Amino acid sequence: METTKFADQIRYYTMRELDNLGFGHFGGSLSIVETLAVLYGKVLNVSPERKDDPDRDYFVLSKGHAGPALYATLFLKGYFDEEFLYSLNQNGTKLPSHPDRIKTPGVDMTTGSLGQGISAATGIAKGNQLLGKSNYTYAIVGDGELNEGQCWEAFQFAAHHKLDHLIVLIDDNKKQLDGYTTDICDPFDFVEKMQAFGFNSWRVDGGDVMAIEEAVIQGKQVNGKPTAIVLDTIKGQGVLYFEELVDNHHVRPDEAGKIAIKEAIATLAEKIEVNQ
Amino acid sequence: MKDLEMRQVYTKTILELAQKDQKIVALEADLASSMGTSKLKEQLGKRYINVGIMEAEEMGAAAGLAVTGFIPFIHTFAPFATRRSFDQVFLSLGYAQNHAVIVGTDPGVTAEMNGGTHMPFEDIALMRVIPRNQIYEVSDPYQFKAILEYAHTAQGLFYIRTIRKQAKSLYNGKEDFSKGYCKLKEGTQGTIFSSGIMVEEALQAADDLEKKGISVQVIDLFRIKPMNEDIVIKAAKLGPIVTAENHNVIGGLGSAVAEIVAENHPVKMKRVGVKEQFGQVGKMAYLKEVYGLKAVDISKAMLDLLK
Repeated sequence: METTKFADQIRYYTMRELDNLGFGHFGGSLSIVETLAVLYGKVLNVSPERKDDPDRDYFVLSKGHAGPALYATLFLKGYFDEEFLYSLNQNGTKLPSHPDRIKTPGVDMTTGSLGQGISAATGIAKGNQLLGKSNYTYAIVGDGELNEGQCWEAFQFAAHHKLDHLIVLIDDNKKQLDGYTTDICDPFDFVEKMQAFGFNSWRVDGGDVMAIEEAVIQGKQVNGKPTAIVLDTIKGQGVLYFEELVDNHHVRPDEAGKIAIKEAIATLAEKIEVNQ
Repeated sequence: MKDLEMRQVYTKTILELAQKDQKIVALEADLASSMGTSKLKEQLGKRYINVGIMEAEEMGAAAGLAVTGFIPFIHTFAPFATRRSFDQVFLSLGYAQNHAVIVGTDPGVTAEMNGGTHMPFEDIALMRVIPRNQIYEVSDPYQFKAILEYAHTAQGLFYIRTIRKQAKSLYNGKEDFSKGYCKLKEGTQGTIFSSGIMVEEALQAADDLEKKGISVQVIDLFRIKPMNEDIVIKAAKLGPIVTAENHNVIGGLGSAVAEIVAENHPVKMKRVGVKEQFGQVGKMAYLKEVYGLKAVDISKAMLDLLK
């Protein structure tokens, strides 16, 4: 299982990166690891050697606070070296909390103010449509992020312009900073909503790399409509300590947490066979 | 070009540029009929995008289009281009360093019957705090065309503030607009800096002062940012300065001039503009009166300074 191993590697380096900093967005970074593994391992037509190739695919991390997971992925894809990865949030860094297209190699769009990335993704997809290109634009958007009205503006635009080369992946990890999404502002059924907004939409297990890959392949076969894949995920996915932690959005671990993180890193290291 | 409305200048210029450059896209937010850009749709085809009533998406989609190499020209009314979608303009366009041109129309009292909800006295103030962008308030059709052409070839984020309807022609198209200002009247005792619809009032004020034996120069300071510091410092060395703007005196032309003056050559100044008030419905002449934007307000300010 090549993609599963890639996911383990992304999870390992995401944890190392955040552990090195000492705190950060563990929950929302971990929940998209499998999706990033499928996108960067199987789907996206991108590579560090072809950064300026206009025919390459584009990726927008609209839920920008999951930047650490994207950075781990970009490192593994060869966009920069391991040392650069540990410059996360250091003074003067080129690897800030939220992705920056000017600072970090491999980042296609600057995001972080929630809702804006999805709009930019519609613009990128529209641009490539105008150019008559067949490349795809992928965007990961958070379930909490969908509180933002701008997302729904962007979805209306995408459906109206028949952006069938736009694939939106909704990270439905059921939590946002202040608690469960159903308690704060119930999103109801994302699949029904997205279908009503003119998208092809269905729900898949966001921890199952095969299921995610199949969903993307299915999304690419559709003509005339954008696709929204709702990913059933767990905030803190793949690291039991964070899955069980209630407030797991931005974590500054206590002593027990620090031990749990070290253990998780050691377990992941064994799985991917790296010497620490 | 004398009889052209500013909206016609916009449409005509974008059309000329877009025919030469396939990378130009024009974005509207359901104001095509107000701006007269429907004609662009016929000529630009798919490169004309009316997003509907969604300014945040208009700015965000423009950013994405810029990422794929297009040059977006974005129109909406000035309050929606700035205060409504400020974070999108700031972040997706400004911070992300995308090349885009925003044209905000119906500034200040020129919103007339749309009233206070649509009357931006703060758009320049908001846009001035976005690092490295350029801001223009245009006063003349030739000037508008020249600035649109410049914004097409230059890089970065542009905000151009203009009326939609006919502007009184001040120029003949042979002027050099690259310095960011044009001197419209010579004078020896002081300076009036103004922009947009206030240039006309400034010229009237200078004429009125002349009849009283007072000689002041009038400068159309249409590039608000980066402001030409040399001309401001030169003016400060000449004598007192009055600024006149169809905008809040906080954060606009007057503030920008005052900052340069205070840091380089302190001299007495007065800022004519909107003070601590919201907009309201009314005809232009009435609104200019209410907000103190008439020639008499400018000449009175100068007389006070010269006392």
